[in-house]
Amino acid sequence: MTQEITSTRANPLIDPALSVWHGEVALYLFVGGLVAGLMVITGLWMLRSSEGPRSRALSLLPWAAPVLLSAGMLFLWLDLENRFNVWRFYFAFRISSPMSWGAWILLAIYPASIALAWNMTPGDLQAAALRRLPWGPWLGRLGQCAMNHVRRVAIVNVVLGAALGIYTGVLLGTMAARPLWNSALLGPLFLASGLSTGAAFLLMWRLDEVERRLLGRADMWLILAEIVLIAAWLGDLAVRGAASRDAAWLVLGGPYTTAFWTLVVTLGLLVPLAGEWLEHRHHGVPGRFAATLVLVGGLALRWILVNAGQASGWAADLAAR
Amino acid sequence: MARDRKRYAMVIDTRTCVGCSACAIACKTENQVADGHSRVWIRTLTSGWYPALAMTVRSERCNQCTDAPCVRVCPTGASYYGPGGIVLVDPDKCTGCKACIAACPYGARFIDPATHTADKCTLCVHRLENDVPTTACQEICPTESIHVGDLADPSSEVSRLLAERDHYTLEPEAGTRPNLFYLR
Repeated sequence: MTQEITSTRANPLIDPALSVWHGEVALYLFVGGLVAGLMVITGLWMLRSSEGPRSRALSLLPWAAPVLLSAGMLFLWLDLENRFNVWRFYFAFRISSPMSWGAWILLAIYPASIALAWNMTPGDLQAAALRRLPWGPWLGRLGQCAMNHVRRVAIVNVVLGAALGIYTGVLLGTMAARPLWNSALLGPLFLASGLSTGAAFLLMWRLDEVERRLLGRADMWLILAEIVLIAAWLGDLAVRGAASRDAAWLVLGGPYTTAFWTLVVTLGLLVPLAGEWLEHRHHGVPGRFAATLVLVGGLALRWILVNAGQASGWAADLAAR
Repeated sequence: MARDRKRYAMVIDTRTCVGCSACAIACKTENQVADGHSRVWIRTLTSGWYPALAMTVRSERCNQCTDAPCVRVCPTGASYYGPGGIVLVDPDKCTGCKACIAACPYGARFIDPATHTADKCTLCVHRLENDVPTTACQEICPTESIHVGDLADPSSEVSRLLAERDHYTLEPEAGTRPNLFYLR
């Protein structure tokens, strides 16, 4: 049976095979995952030892979460076609819309991540900041409030971070029209990837040896979880209908195969996993090389999935290509 | 979601459609669709092994789904069910996030370059709800292949056609329960 299809619709912009979400969305998903990872890891760190000694870098890095989140929201805003209507996100809550959930989660993350960052900031820097900032006494009272609830702030960060990490995957996973995305495993996969990039981001800075070892070991397990989830996601697509199999083909022989297996699987997962395992085995300290690769792989995963997902669809003409 | 008892549907006879594109042009004129964009298009499918080939010509557009993924994913409520279950877009609420475009399995939506908001077939709701019983595409169709009516009324032409003729919907596996039917 052959199928020849022609369409006289003169509108490439509405063709489902064409991209409507571009680099901005991939960058937003990457940064969102990274922020999720930072929040979960630093939140867990505070739950584990809020009073214990920690490096100056680890004490200050939680501030990266709200800063990076702002960058992510800028990417998201740049992707909007009708940017002046952005406020509409906050005049509605649509329970069936992952994007609506995400908009509200992002808003809740600001105070939570700033509170955690404040709690982890060394006392001398807190005092210096309060002296220089306007409304110092008022901010000091707010800061004291956060300091009085160290554990609660940490738990809220872990929960919100996990929600953000899962949401970045669910945003794509609920799109039934795009078989490559339409999997419940995308949420856990993006969460694992976000946690891994969060750990890698922290490893890029001057942490002390104990912190590096712990984060390096955690990242190793997260990379392993990511590999398992990628295998499960591809397996899930392969055992479903023809449209899902055609979607899986995009990264299993199709146009995104080389990029996916080179940038995501090999450079982003297998090489850093091997590097971290060797360092762990020989009692070395995880270096920045593996961490850089994890970050590159995390970005590549989102970039490829955003683009490849839009090339997948139910339509017979897509299946026939 | 605001739904009344009416359930608008469109039925297109693929046996009589000749793919002349008059429906696409009438729609553009009636709704002043932006240049380079179209709410209606023609698809021609040829299938089978030579010489036993079969050809289907279809006039396609938004499927006015009963379970519309575009309405589900819209974060601001800009996509909604209008009169008779017609899926509509409120440009005042639309942020142009394109989630609805990504969610539509039929590729029926696009961004209007003038308003920067999502646009698509409205089933000429401005006509149907103002006592004009036809859509622009239906009115122009030279072979009378396009039928629009109320599926909730068993005596309507669309109900009768669906009761009498073999028909199908597009991508039923997407689970959207379309209200655009094609007669074989």
